[in-house]
Amino acid sequence: MTLYTAVTDDDRQAMLDTIGVASVDELFETIPAALRLAERLDLPEGMAEQQVYDHLRELASKNTSAEDEVTFLGAGMYDHYIPSIIDMLLGRSEFLTPYTPYQPEISQGGLQVMFEYQTAMSELTGLPVSNASVYEGPSAVGAAGYLAKLTNGRTRFLVSRGLHPHSRATLETLSVGYGTTVEEIPLKDGVTDLDALAAMLGDDVSAVFVQQPNFLGAIEDVAAISEAAHGAGALAVAAADPLTLGVLEAPGNQGVDVCVGEGQTLGNRLDFGGPSFGFFCATEAHLRKMPGRIAGETRDVDGRRGWVLTLQTREQHIRREKATSNICTSQALNALAGVVYLSWLGRHGLVELGELMVQRTHYARQALLAIDGVEALHEQPVVREFAVRISGADVAKVVARCQAAGVNPGFALGRAYDEYGDGLLVAITEQRSKADIDKLVTVLTEAIAAERAGAPAQEVTA
Amino acid sequence: MTVSEHARIPMQDDEATTIFEKGAPGRRAFVAPPLDVPQVDGLIPAKFARAEAPKLPEASEPEIVRHYVRLSRRNFDLDSGFYPLGSCTMKHNPRLHERVTALPGHAKLHPFQDPSRSQGALELMWNLERALGEVSGLPHVSLQPSAGSHGELAGVLLTRAYHEDRGQQRTTVLTPDTSHGTNPATVTMAGYKVVKVGTNPDGGVDVEDLKAKADENVACLMLTNPNTLGVFDPNIEEIASIVHGVGATLYYDGANLNAIMGISRPGDMGFDIVHFNLHKSFTQPHGGGGPGAGPIAVSDRIEPYLPVPIIERVASGNGAGPTFTLVEDTERRPKSIGKLRGFQGNYGTFVRSYAYICSLGAEGLRDASETAVLNANYLLAKLHQDPEVAQYLPLAFGKLCMHEFVLSGAPMKKELQIKTLDLAKRLLDHGYHPPTVYFPLLVDEALLIEPTETETRETLDGFAEAIGAIIREAKTDPSIAQAAPYSTPVRRLDEAGAAKQPVIRQPLS
Repeated sequence: MTLYTAVTDDDRQAMLDTIGVASVDELFETIPAALRLAERLDLPEGMAEQQVYDHLRELASKNTSAEDEVTFLGAGMYDHYIPSIIDMLLGRSEFLTPYTPYQPEISQGGLQVMFEYQTAMSELTGLPVSNASVYEGPSAVGAAGYLAKLTNGRTRFLVSRGLHPHSRATLETLSVGYGTTVEEIPLKDGVTDLDALAAMLGDDVSAVFVQQPNFLGAIEDVAAISEAAHGAGALAVAAADPLTLGVLEAPGNQGVDVCVGEGQTLGNRLDFGGPSFGFFCATEAHLRKMPGRIAGETRDVDGRRGWVLTLQTREQHIRREKATSNICTSQALNALAGVVYLSWLGRHGLVELGELMVQRTHYARQALLAIDGVEALHEQPVVREFAVRISGADVAKVVARCQAAGVNPGFALGRAYDEYGDGLLVAITEQRSKADIDKLVTVLTEAIAAERAGAPAQEVTA
Repeated sequence: MTVSEHARIPMQDDEATTIFEKGAPGRRAFVAPPLDVPQVDGLIPAKFARAEAPKLPEASEPEIVRHYVRLSRRNFDLDSGFYPLGSCTMKHNPRLHERVTALPGHAKLHPFQDPSRSQGALELMWNLERALGEVSGLPHVSLQPSAGSHGELAGVLLTRAYHEDRGQQRTTVLTPDTSHGTNPATVTMAGYKVVKVGTNPDGGVDVEDLKAKADENVACLMLTNPNTLGVFDPNIEEIASIVHGVGATLYYDGANLNAIMGISRPGDMGFDIVHFNLHKSFTQPHGGGGPGAGPIAVSDRIEPYLPVPIIERVASGNGAGPTFTLVEDTERRPKSIGKLRGFQGNYGTFVRSYAYICSLGAEGLRDASETAVLNANYLLAKLHQDPEVAQYLPLAFGKLCMHEFVLSGAPMKKELQIKTLDLAKRLLDHGYHPPTVYFPLLVDEALLIEPTETETRETLDGFAEAIGAIIREAKTDPSIAQAAPYSTPVRRLDEAGAAKQPVIRQPLS
């Protein structure tokens, strides 16, 4: 008997007697002897719960979390406040420990959550159809590519260079299987170059992908991109930050066919990149090509309102090789956090939070641009994130100096864009106050000056 | 009125209402932090600004809490009852894992934090990679895939990269007719054609059929072992040799790894690529359908193609401990298939599974698998001690099983007029989650039962008795099971109607 099991020696004997074998080993006799491990696995001994806790706490202490520094790091995931009710509700056994609602009679809670989530995401994106979640943001972009390929059979994907580098990379990986190619539409003045897009479009283009706001924080003209895509008979796909959709027009109202994105900003922790959830919304025409679970409303035999998994003939467990996706387990618990967060924020809170980010981001942008050695990377309107250039000092070194002073100033764009080796991407959330922004200005000013003066780097104090 | 009539007085919330039907205009839970910077108008140009706010709920925090707590009570869950859902490994979810995952050093760590400041996370991932490599017998691990199906896609794309690197354009992937639906769906997404391989009378791969179909067009054979019938294929070495003989790869679907941890290793059986379902064998809470994770482990010849980033351990050489880095650049990893998703993977699930492996250790993992197999065989024996259960619900293949087994409800359907679906629905009234039903496809009226190692003998006895009671009840009056369930929040739902005229979001005025 070991941790989490309950078979005593007496139990084991009685169970073996019932089975009619002499030993547990006999149960494994179908495994050829040569394939049975003679020795135990080369892994450490088990530990008591408190020892495991101590070990995991020690590992946690080697990380610098968003609680340990004033962070302006974003670039796809953001340090938002997570309301306490999310911890409580996600910790409830009834949400935490069931699996996919294959038996709807005893899964009405989870199914109704899916339905409410679908409704909320449909409202946010302005598109009538939402599934119940996919893995996360970049793979949602990949899933949108598969839907486009299934829809029109064309083979070229055009992706804005403002699309998250991980989304572009994921779409490229998957395209090898889809039989499609990925070409980048360049940026001009910080946004997708519409002239370049027009020149690249043709009747072999399956879909055009744009991110809203884009990776550099700039607001894209999604309506113009949708119109251009449709002019060539291609689908328009937007990857949106859902928390900006209180202040930015819904992609569905700007003509996109599919809107996907990363759901982390909706009540999910940073968790070093996951688990979060991806959302996947589309126009009615694509309902039967959607990937993943979809909950639908119906009635039971007594006429009571209820919900079931519906349109399952799209899915792998029914259609197998003809399925519209291979996805099975997705991110139901994270999507629950999403719909609880949107309910908590509410209709007006979403707008208020968006406006707060717009105002503070504007303040931060102006304040940073006033620093000697900081210039705008683009002049486009932004919501929650903006890009600057740092002149006369190595960005990575400036970032390290700021971190040593307790401020993470943002994402060094050179990590993802060769052409922006001098770029810094700064993200603002409701957790970064004016005082935090003022501190960033002070620390960044000093870091640039020190780096320019060639002062020795400070000792990093994590 | 009698007591039972009193009990039937409908509660206010008896008819389900959604969060969108609750609340009232003007209600709220969220209070924004004060605007502490000068207000500037017109920052979002009118052409990009949202014309009308999305119609999200307007409700108070107490309303929201009550709504979702009440919804939760309309779910069955593993913490409150037996959940023998075959191929899903619904084992106990230790709450220690939730506690350690919530530590701010893990939960509030930004994925773009500099590696020098996320050493604890990278060390944890490195340690988990080594442990999974040891369990599978395949040394090179990527934690990146988000779920089993995502791991499968990674595996088939790795296969493609491997063949193409050798100048070979192969066209088909073999999958047994017992395979999970994700296998053939994955094959299509990876650009290959599916070719089905048959099953022999013992429940294993039909080796003659495999020989006939294995040729130079075959890129891969995807196999689950033990398979979805709960049978370990004793011919696995011959199968591996046939597959490798035509230059194809052998892929291991790790959904059933819980049967063999510390007992036998896919790498030793000849598999080239394995995916793990961390949410199954390594106990993640299933969350109502995720999150999970689907790491992959591969052999030396597949290693160059692994997705990026790769974690690298660097010895310091000066007496200090090693450091860990993320390797992503194409110069260092020129043959990588690339990225499958954002960032490093579902890190929160890695923390949980790593905590589990630390808790159990080598002995504990082996004991978990031995007990899982013991429990499954005991439940099977206990069920079939009842001659009527044995008669109406025979075992589909073999005599013993691994960690799960398949019963056929065909005799029950024919002679008692209740289908497997009816049996499943009647189990709900007994307080059990039913087994997986109608899978695998090649067994008529299939019931796939996986009790896991964390259940007590008393629980298994109780479940066996419930099945026996349902069979005896059906002999007297099949209509009871045919119309079940009766005690659940709702009864049988109109699924055909839901699909015919889909209502998949709430209309809001």
